[in-house]
Amino acid sequence: MNAPNPVQADTWSVAGRTFTSRLIVGTGKYKSFEENAAAVEASGAEIVTVAVRRVNIADPGQPMLTDFIDPKKVTYLPNTAGCFTADDAVRTLRLAREAGGWTLVKLEVLGEAKTLYPDMRETLRATEVLAKEGFEPMVYCVDDPIAAKQLEDAGAVAIMPLGAPIGSGLGIQNRVTIRLIVEGAGVPVLVDAGVGTASDAAVAMELGCDGVLMNTAIAEAKEPVLMARAMKAAVEAGRLAYLAGRMQKRRYADPSSPLAGLI
Amino acid sequence: MSLDGSLSVRINGEHRRVPGGTTISEMVNQLGLDPLRVAVERNLEVVPRSALGQVCVEDGDDYEIVHFVGGG
Repeated sequence: MNAPNPVQADTWSVAGRTFTSRLIVGTGKYKSFEENAAAVEASGAEIVTVAVRRVNIADPGQPMLTDFIDPKKVTYLPNTAGCFTADDAVRTLRLAREAGGWTLVKLEVLGEAKTLYPDMRETLRATEVLAKEGFEPMVYCVDDPIAAKQLEDAGAVAIMPLGAPIGSGLGIQNRVTIRLIVEGAGVPVLVDAGVGTASDAAVAMELGCDGVLMNTAIAEAKEPVLMARAMKAAVEAGRLAYLAGRMQKRRYADPSSPLAGLI
Repeated sequence: MSLDGSLSVRINGEHRRVPGGTTISEMVNQLGLDPLRVAVERNLEVVPRSALGQVCVEDGDDYEIVHFVGGG
């Protein structure tokens, strides 16, 4: 075997930055900062999503996320969670850029509270504005191949379709549309939202996604740190299976042992 | 402006008074916050961190002071 092992050099890049881990984890819903930091460590993630919120001016001495997860070691990806209009999302990210000093951001513009489904008209509008202002938006979106292309054309540096509603843990509901998005995209595709357990993450990777973003699946597991390890293994396993190329499915059995030489 | 020269501002939706002539950086420090770890919006415009020490607070200003918190 003279060929280099492709797996060891299996990195991915977004907006000019190269990462080894294909798992991006959220930092919400954890019981404590300590548990959150331990889960990030166990996940091997090099990027974490964070939200932008008002400081509590009545109690400014509270511990901060940055005390536990070092932005110099892990890339902070500020999100626009909770924004329901393009204007709110852009305003939030302008502040995020000032707070962190970086332009790689996660855009999500929600359509309604019940499903947290993205409002694609507002999402597209915000993507255009952000790209014009020099941001590099990774964009949460519906699992729609046409919308994905429109976002890419508007300046999205990564397409992040939902696998299922945010926080639902229902797993990837439409493998066909995720695969179509992967096939059509010229930028990285990451399943964002809907992963519930390790096999869901593996499915996303087997479909050819460049990565998976998750929060609740780890944070709400009974043992978040253990689930973070599971997700790391699942993303790696799914990626390897994708690179390996799976066997064709058959309708019936095919024996693995030779038929010749039977006694 | 009031008789004692203090300014009336809103910070994160709350009414506050600060002495006249205070810079934004000084105001943030007086709140017990580190200006290097927050971002400041003044009347819907982001104030660059490098300018926080130069821009003076004005009566009636509306501020949002934000930072990063856990999120998905």
